[in-house]
Order: sequence, then C-alpha cells, then structure tokens
Amino acid sequence: MAAVAALAPAPNLSRLLLSGNEAVARAVWESGCKVAAAYPGTPSTEILEALCTYPDIYTEWSVNEKVSMEVALGASMMGARSFCAMKHVGLNVAADPLMTLTLTGTVGGMVIAVADDVGMASSQNEQDSRFYARFAHLPMFEPADSQEAYDMVHAAFELSEQHQVPVFVRMTARICHVKCVTQVGERVAHEPAGFVKNAERWVMVPAHAKRRIPLMFERDAVLREVSEHSPLNVLEPGKDRRVGFVTSGPAYMHVREAFPDAPVLKLGMSNPLPLNMIKALAAMVDTLVVVEEVEPVVETEIRAAGIAVHGKDILPKIGELAPEVLTPAINRLLNNEPAPPPVAAPAVFPRPPTLCASCPHMGIYYTLSQLKNIIVAGDIGCYTLGAGHPWNALDTTICMGAAVTVAHGMDKGRGAVDKNKKILAVMGDSTFMHMGMQGLLDATYNNSNITFLLLDNGTVGMTGGQNTPANGLDIRGNPAPRIDFRKLVEALGVKPERVREVDPYEMPKLFKVIREETKIEEVSVILAYRPCVLTDEFKAARAYHVDDDKCTGCGNCIDVGCPAIHVTHREKVVKPSGKEVDLAFVRIDPIACTGCGMCLQPCAPDAIMQVAGPRVVAMLRPV
Amino acid sequence: MENNITNILVCGIGGQGVMTATEILAEAAIAEGHDAKKTEVAGMAQRGGVVTSHLRFGPKVLSPQIAPGTVHVLLGFEAAEALRWSAYLRPDGLALVNDSRLVPPVVEIGLFDYPADPIGEMRAAGIRTVSFDAATIASNLGDLRLGNTVMLGAIADHLPFAADVLLRCIEARFARKGAAIVELNRRAFAAGRAAAAQEAVPA
Ligand SMILES: Cc1ncc(C[n+]2csc(CCOP(=O)(O)OP(=O)(O)O)c2C)c(N)n1
Ligand code: SF4
Ligand code: SF4
Repeated sequence: MAAVAALAPAPNLSRLLLSGNEAVARAVWESGCKVAAAYPGTPSTEILEALCTYPDIYTEWSVNEKVSMEVALGASMMGARSFCAMKHVGLNVAADPLMTLTLTGTVGGMVIAVADDVGMASSQNEQDSRFYARFAHLPMFEPADSQEAYDMVHAAFELSEQHQVPVFVRMTARICHVKCVTQVGERVAHEPAGFVKNAERWVMVPAHAKRRIPLMFERDAVLREVSEHSPLNVLEPGKDRRVGFVTSGPAYMHVREAFPDAPVLKLGMSNPLPLNMIKALAAMVDTLVVVEEVEPVVETEIRAAGIAVHGKDILPKIGELAPEVLTPAINRLLNNEPAPPPVAAPAVFPRPPTLCASCPHMGIYYTLSQLKNIIVAGDIGCYTLGAGHPWNALDTTICMGAAVTVAHGMDKGRGAVDKNKKILAVMGDSTFMHMGMQGLLDATYNNSNITFLLLDNGTVGMTGGQNTPANGLDIRGNPAPRIDFRKLVEALGVKPERVREVDPYEMPKLFKVIREETKIEEVSVILAYRPCVLTDEFKAARAYHVDDDKCTGCGNCIDVGCPAIHVTHREKVVKPSGKEVDLAFVRIDPIACTGCGMCLQPCAPDAIMQVAGPRVVAMLRPV
Repeated sequence: MENNITNILVCGIGGQGVMTATEILAEAAIAEGHDAKKTEVAGMAQRGGVVTSHLRFGPKVLSPQIAPGTVHVLLGFEAAEALRWSAYLRPDGLALVNDSRLVPPVVEIGLFDYPADPIGEMRAAGIRTVSFDAATIASNLGDLRLGNTVMLGAIADHLPFAADVLLRCIEARFARKGAAIVELNRRAFAAGRAAAAQEAVPA
C-alpha cells in the first residue's frame, strides 16, 4: 500500500497542509469515531489511507461499499461513532442498506462521505450524489475546501447524534485532492452507549417499517428548520445586486473568485434546502442563478418553490464550473461585452495512462489480441486499459463485477451469427471479490459457456495498490487470511478440471490454455497470478536491451504495449513480393524496464536480452 | 499580479514526481506566510498519463484552479507537456522546461507524432522559455533521482520569495535520509538554479 504520512502526532491547533481527504480523516479521528470502513475508489481512497495511520480507531478495507455502510451501521447501533467513505458509484452499491437505514436511523453518530468525480478524471460516469440525500431523506453537507471538510465532519457527527440520522458529507474530486492550509484540533474520546434491543426499530419488516416512515417525514421537517438556521448556510450580501448566486462545494470558490462583489448564498447544508434563505436572496437581487456542479438538483427545487431562477439553462451540465466557464455565461446573461477568447492550446498528441512496465495485464492483453473470433467482456481496474492501444482487446466495461454477468448474458443471447464466437470475461481480483463472485455463481448455476480470466495481481492496482484479501494483509499491513481463489471458484461451482492456473508472463502457454478452455462448452476459470508492480511481492529484475545487429524492425515487441519500449527509427522496405512493409527499430529504456521478459517472447530473431550487471534503480522516473 | 495571487503550473507525466514537487513549492509558500492551494488533475493510478498540478498562493486564495492565460511560471517536467500547457501562460509568463522527451506508446505504435521541436514552438509563439536537461544534470551529480530537486532549483529564483525558503523545505523533506543526501540535494538545487539562470531567454 502506498505509504501515507502519519498525521496523528500533529499537535492541537496546528495548521497543516491537508487535502480534503486528509482533513476528513483527521476530523473523523478527532470526533472519537470508533469504526471506519471503505472500499477504495477515486477520489475518496485517501480518506481511509490517512485514517488507518491514526491510533485508537478501527479501520478496514471492506470488500465493497454496501459492506462498508453496513459495518458502519452496526457500529452505530452499538452507540459507537462510525464512518464510511466511498466514491459516487460506490453509493449505488450501498443504496440498498441506505434506503432502509434511513428508516431505522442511527444511534452513535454516523457520517457517510461520498466523493463525486466531477469532471470524470477516473470513473465510468459522472453521477450526482445529492440525489441520494433526497432519495433517502438524509441531511447532506457540502464542503468547499479542506478546512470546511474538517469542520463539517465535526458538525456532521453532532447533527447525526442529535437527530439519530446518518449525515452525508458530499465531497468532489476538487475537494478531495486539493491541498490547503487546515487548522486541526484534538481527539475527544467517545464511549459507545451500548446496544438497546428494540425490534420495532431494528427489524425492518413491513409492520415496523410502516411505523417508521412517518417518523422519517417528521424528521425531514425538523431538518429543514435546522438547515434554515444552520451556520453552514451563509448569505453574503455583496454590493453588486444584478445577479445573486446560490452555490455549494467547489463551485462556491469559483463564484467568489469570478464575482467578488455579488450576493451569494453558500449552501453548506444543502439538504434539506433552506428555502426561506433562498427567498431572502431572491428578493435582494435582479436575477438569481444557481451554480451547482453536475445536475440541476437545487435549481429544480427552487423552481418548484415558485422562485424564478437560472441554472443549467446557461451553465454546462457536465464537468466543473471553473471561473473561465462561469464568467462568459454570466456575461451573456447580463449582455456584457464578451471577453476575448483564450489563446488556443497547441495541438499535442494525447497521452493516455499506460500500464506499468512489467504489468502482468500486458501478457493477458497481448495474448487476447492474438486470438480471433472472440468477444471479451471486461470490467473496471487497471486492466480496463486493455480496451486501448495497442491491444484493443476488451469489448465492454459497465460497472464492477459486470464482466462475468455480461458475458453470461451474451452467451444466452447469442444468435446464429455469433454461434462460433468464444465469449470471455476478464476481471481483476479486487473486482471479483467486490461484486464478481455472485456473477460467477450465476454463470455456473445457469450452465453458461464462458471462459473467465481472473487477473490476480494481489492488490487494488487502479487506486494505488491497497491491500486486499488477495494478498493476505489488512489495511494496516497486518497479516490477514489470504483468499484461495482456486478453492473459492470451485466452491462457486466451477469444476476442478476447469480451473487452470497460468502465469500471465508466459504468453505462449496462456495462449494455449485460452484456446483449450474456450473450446469447452462450460464455465472455465483461468487464474492468472503475478503481483502488481506496486506491491512488495513484485521484484524488479535486471533490465533488457535490444541488440541492434539482430533487430529486424518487425515491431512485434511494440505490440506488447510496454511503455519502456521506444522506437529509434522507422523504415519502409519493399518485400520481394512487391508488398511494402513498415519497419520500426526499437530500444528499451534501461531505467524504465523492470525485466519481466514479456517483450522478448514475440521477438523472432532473439534480439532482446538481459543487461549484465546489477539493476539500475530509479525511484522516480528520469525527469 | 491581480489579487496578489501567484499562479504556478507544474506539468509532466504520471510517475515523474510532479505532485510532490508542487507540494514542496506549496510548503515554501506557506512558510512565507501565504495562503496556498494546490490541486491537480491526474488520471488513474497508472503511470504515463498527463499530470498537471496547479499552485496558487497569496494573501487569500479562493478557487484552487488556475484559469488559462494567467500562469506566472510554468514548470515543465517534459518538453511536449510544457508545449501542451503553454497556453495557460500569461503574455509575460515564464516557462522553465526540462528538455527531455518521454514518448508514449501511442506515438511508438505510430498513431501520433511527437512534435519535432516543442521548445522551439513555444519560443516561436513568443513565450519566454528557458530549457535545460535536468536528467543529465542529475546524473552528472550521480543520481537521476535528483532531477526533481534540479527542477525546483530552476524555479527558485522566479518566485516572489527568497530561494532559500524553498531550499529549507527541500532539506526538511530529505533530513530523515541523512546529511549526505541533504548535501546532494543542495547541490542539485544549486545546479538547477544555475541552469535556469544560464540560458539567455529569447523573446
Ligand atoms: C462501485 C465502485 N467502487 C469502486 C470503484 C473504483 N474502482 C474501480 S476498479 C477498482 C478495483 C480494481 O482492482 P482490481 O480488480 O484488482 O484490478 P487492478 O486495478 O488491480 O488491475 C476500483 C477500486 C468503482 N469503479 N466502482
Ligand atoms: S498499477 Fe499494477 S495493475 Fe496497474 S498498471 Fe501498474 S502494474 Fe498493472
Ligand atoms: S522486459 Fe520488455 S516488456 Fe518487460 S518491462 Fe522490460 S521492456 Fe517492458
């Protein structure tokens, strides 16, 4: 796991340079929280990474977000303060407990941090978690920087305990990952009050739930009053009354930056909405504009209350609302002179992220790219890059765990045209444990004809290499049971002879095994184990180099997709047949190469060999 | 400078240490009593993608994001990346660029071209550009890993505070690793300063 700076020893009232995630962690710890659980997911991952460096708090990587929320709920039932964190799509997974825990409510303060990936730096969609607060009738806070994130977590635990309700803290990538100066305090211990048996409250059968629903509506009304008077909702009067803004989260900072003199209602508690405050602002200004990232959530509620308002009619529905987006939109609204367009950015090639040198996924995708007549249902993780160049070997990605179920559905849905297609599913180990196991059980139970490649790299590579049951270490690096994937998939109904273990670095063997298993018309599992380069289990070997005298310029090694391989020059030659071929002669960057040996396998003239002498190690890539 | 805010954009590719370098710059600004915000857009955990880190500091910083056309100093860890982000510079801005090239697989497989002369293109666009080879400077000092300190040395004389403030922050980072490492970083810092001072800056 990536090392995180130990934050705990910072003395009371120190000013620290903290990211929003680190600030949340600090406040959770100071609040005397006893149990904190999360499944990693950008941009929320660092909250638990930071929390697990603190003493006197139980932290865990849960196997998925639903689990983490239920763990936090259980702790809260005991009267302990509890916390869970997830990225926006994680809240979909946790939506099931969410929609019922709003009926039971909580005892010990429970805070749910949800981080929206506004701008979609690393997610499959851009959804707005504020809907969930409304859907589940739960209060939501929206910090605008690290200090606010810290303060609001403290306030959220208080509000949660006062009203026996979990409180959302909605983060966005721009809060999670921005570092700013944050003043922190001291931890105050909080002793759990103890579990109180009460079936009418905790056993949500229809008869009990029916009695709890009216309580939820009563709570809505109480919380709306809280919101109207909350110090987190601030009306800043401003001098220029032409346009007044209702805004929250990072958008608030952008509004203040772009329109320093405008009246602004900053929503720190954005659900329930303080409609009276909004009416007060509307009465002060000529035009009211809601500046909210992603969906028109607040705008719709304001309009429903009969207040005239602009929002997504003039602002984009996707991405961040930075000053350079806001200013022209408001200028148009006010019929101001448009600012000169910004200088066009020079055209430069795209630079998508690459798999690491020696990443075992390269062996999988190189091999899949050599196979014909296949459909590959993929999933989410570093291995999603298999959809890109040079492999182009992954045909679908939906959500975590969908590879095996989509493949199974493809098998059942195939018509005559696809009769001879081989259908494969590719999934990482963490994804499999998150939500893939049930899908595999479904496939075996329902007699599917698919080949399932389980890419076990012993970690959650995508989010920076967290520990999982696959490497047998807990969140703090202490030993934990290591999952046995062979036993697990056999228990899920895969026949023992249909479970094949292959080293993804051995591409010819992998090729052979995939060919064999795809011919067999039942569920096969190919377990491919090699550690991710981010793990301690990965050991870099001596670098390889290319013998210029032997390299024929065939370019086969480039198709492995390793970022350490570079083209030195290209040539065009005409074959005796008259066919023109492009040649690319290569070299290997001796510092980037970590010696997996995959690129030499497709090299016919054996031009690639290991460098003599010890490895040259550079922790940072050469700048 | 509007609102007395200094905007610094550090760019490069994932794995080069762009975010850490910017964090050290932020620490220096804070040590000087400034308010500071640092933010980045970095894709997934994998290496090799575009990384930009924005640093804004001054009496009070609101938005953490730097608007295009408002960067005072662009610190480029890679030549084509510096070119990619050069439109973020103010007309009177300064680009300090490590003139090394990291060519991605999409270029190697022949889908795109790497610009023939990225730094020349920046100069031709009228950008004040200083370029140097941080990797060679670092390896001449005996360790490629010093490249990041060379980069920080390069920007040290282009900040609204003394170079020593930044040097103290670098020393603090490496203090745990012993006096010899601190000394090496001091030399790398000085070499970076010299590299950025040496080259005449063509208009
Ligand atoms: C519901 C949900 N939670 C979290 C994520 C973030 N996420 C995407 S893939 C992934 C796990 C990847 O790990 P693994 O399957 O082991 O593949 P690797 O990256 O190691 O190749 C995570 C945490 C997500 N996309 N959706
Ligand atoms: S982080 Fe691990 S899984 Fe991801 S690309 Fe690198 S080696 Fe592969
Ligand atoms: S051996 Fe080849 S494929 Fe493996 S890391 Fe080195 S250059 Fe890349």
